[in-house]
Amino acid sequence: MPRMTMVQAINLALHQAMERDPSVVALGQDIGVNEGVFRVTAGLHAKFGPERVIDTPLAEAAILGTAIGMAIAGLRPVAEMQFSGFSYLMLGQYEGHATRYRSRTHGQVTVPLVVRMPYGGGVRALEHHSESREVLYAHLPGSKVVIPSGPRNARALLAAAIEDPDPVVFMEPKQSYRAFREEVPAEHETMPIGRAQVVQQGTDITVISWGAMMRPTLRAVAEVAEARGASIEVIDLLTIAPLDGDTIVASVEKTGRAVVVQEAPRSFGPAAEVIARINDRALMHLEAPVRRVAMPDVMTPYFGRERLYFPGPHTVQRAIEETLDF
Amino acid sequence: MPRTRLEAFEIDHLQVLDEEGRIDEALDPGLPDERLVELYRAMVLAREADQRMLRLQRQGRLGTFSPSTGQEAASCGPTLAMTGQDWFVPAFRELGGMLMRGVPFHRVLLFWGGWEEGNVFPGLERTLPIAVIVASQIPHAAGIGYAQKLRGEKAATVCWFGDGATSEGDFHEGVNFAAVWRSPVVFICQNNQWAISTPLDRQTASATIAQKAIAYGIPGIVVDGNDPLGMYAATHEALERARRGDGPTLIEARTYRLMMHTTADDPSKYRKDDEVEQWRRRDPLVRMRRLLESRDLWDDERQQRLDAEVKKAIDDEVRIYETFDRGRPDVYFEHVYGTPHPEIERQRQEFLAGLQREARDA
Repeated sequence: MPRMTMVQAINLALHQAMERDPSVVALGQDIGVNEGVFRVTAGLHAKFGPERVIDTPLAEAAILGTAIGMAIAGLRPVAEMQFSGFSYLMLGQYEGHATRYRSRTHGQVTVPLVVRMPYGGGVRALEHHSESREVLYAHLPGSKVVIPSGPRNARALLAAAIEDPDPVVFMEPKQSYRAFREEVPAEHETMPIGRAQVVQQGTDITVISWGAMMRPTLRAVAEVAEARGASIEVIDLLTIAPLDGDTIVASVEKTGRAVVVQEAPRSFGPAAEVIARINDRALMHLEAPVRRVAMPDVMTPYFGRERLYFPGPHTVQRAIEETLDF
Repeated sequence: MPRTRLEAFEIDHLQVLDEEGRIDEALDPGLPDERLVELYRAMVLAREADQRMLRLQRQGRLGTFSPSTGQEAASCGPTLAMTGQDWFVPAFRELGGMLMRGVPFHRVLLFWGGWEEGNVFPGLERTLPIAVIVASQIPHAAGIGYAQKLRGEKAATVCWFGDGATSEGDFHEGVNFAAVWRSPVVFICQNNQWAISTPLDRQTASATIAQKAIAYGIPGIVVDGNDPLGMYAATHEALERARRGDGPTLIEARTYRLMMHTTADDPSKYRKDDEVEQWRRRDPLVRMRRLLESRDLWDDERQQRLDAEVKKAIDDEVRIYETFDRGRPDVYFEHVYGTPHPEIERQRQEFLAGLQREARDA
């Protein structure tokens, strides 16, 4: 299997989706001739032409709004928001129509589309280019929010998102775009949306994360496992909404302890929902309070001090140790 | 270097049928008699349906709704020019057009009565339900048109919105996208002079709404929006342009909201009765009937017959609305996602248990 970065893996998924299904179109700012500011759409314009790989005017709401129209009319649009920090302009179209059409027409009109957007910090980017706001899209009924953590699952999840009958916000952790490579199968591969993945089995504690935080989390887990001989189960959420409570609950019923690691600010984030699910369904199995490691409730700092604020492996490690010792 | 004029623009106004029912022979679109009668009947049905809804609302049998009385020509005229291959993208004051399109009146009642079934049009294609968020449907039309063009369809999309919508970003963005893409879309602004309490001169400093088209590089025209034949002719021309690949058009239909914004609104707080009275004299139904009478296509007897027919049709639809099968209470859970998910299923069971506890019925 070829070894790829996440950018290459996402690009592969886009190429294959457009080859497999002539109704798939891509649209966004600078995605065509320029192949995207991160080159995620490399080669698409040359291969599929300007009518299927559409360089749009600069307007996030209309990129989604027109994509909704295309989806209603039978296309499968994959829209790109250049950065998640500009995506809030599309929130009205997303809440008002993309997530709503299936419900309001009892399934007669549906909006199968994907909105891709790079999100998160760690690349020393300009203001508005480093936030993790997945919860804004996860809170909406009818919305699916997918966040891959590596090249292979990025490719498989994007392939699934494009085939999905519902609107999917596909958030790409941009600090993982080129940070490492994985083997990615050349042939079509999907992973189920709405399902978390147990990436490491264990019996003493469950550590849950997603996106770019998976790497510091796995480093911390390896440290604790080695230092203390602890058996740690690790869950990669992969889908934020709808959240896979069953996998989380089954794991915590087994381990009795859990830590949740998120890049987003602490309050009202996905970690809070994960903990609520555990409280709802696995409280009597708990041996310790569930901890969360998160960005403080501050605006994401400019890149000069951003590294100070994102959860680091040592903080995750300490939270795991304290939860084990409770 | 002298200053030179780079571009100059003009905006046309179109009226085919005047307030008295006199037709401009040079502009007559030449519709056959039965199409003229069809157009008149559609407007009468829309008027009567609207007035029935008002009574139902006042009797507590219908929720808040947005009346379209007085604006029948601006949705019926264009709809007459459409085919089943064209997409119908309404805002919320296109009752006449929706009924012409084949949306059963009881579906409209269900929508305003508080049931999503009012957005389900069995067997009816390319007809979108009402869009409540002002201007939000405009980008959809641009995208639908794009899809039609990509597939090589010889068809177009007609999208309605109000004067207030032209202040929204979605109007600018949607029309701009359609113009850049040359999407086959006809944008119809029902300029009814009021956005709830905001008059047109507080909405825009433009002399016309149609001239906004100039900035997007597409044709714009002002039409007497109470002239059903003018609206038909302008839409017909715009549809032809769209279908042959020459892109979108913006039609400003100058009309008037004779009634309240919605039934929750009291216009006496912000506008004068004499303004309303002036517009009543430009009633689209009156001029259309006069035209038909002048061509011996209509008389009192035919009118009485139509009134009886319309009353019966509305009665029947109201009955369907009021006796419609509300289905299982948990039907809504089936339409959150297109794929089942255990969490939704769990919440459905919880909801059903809760309903039983509360002994609650919709």
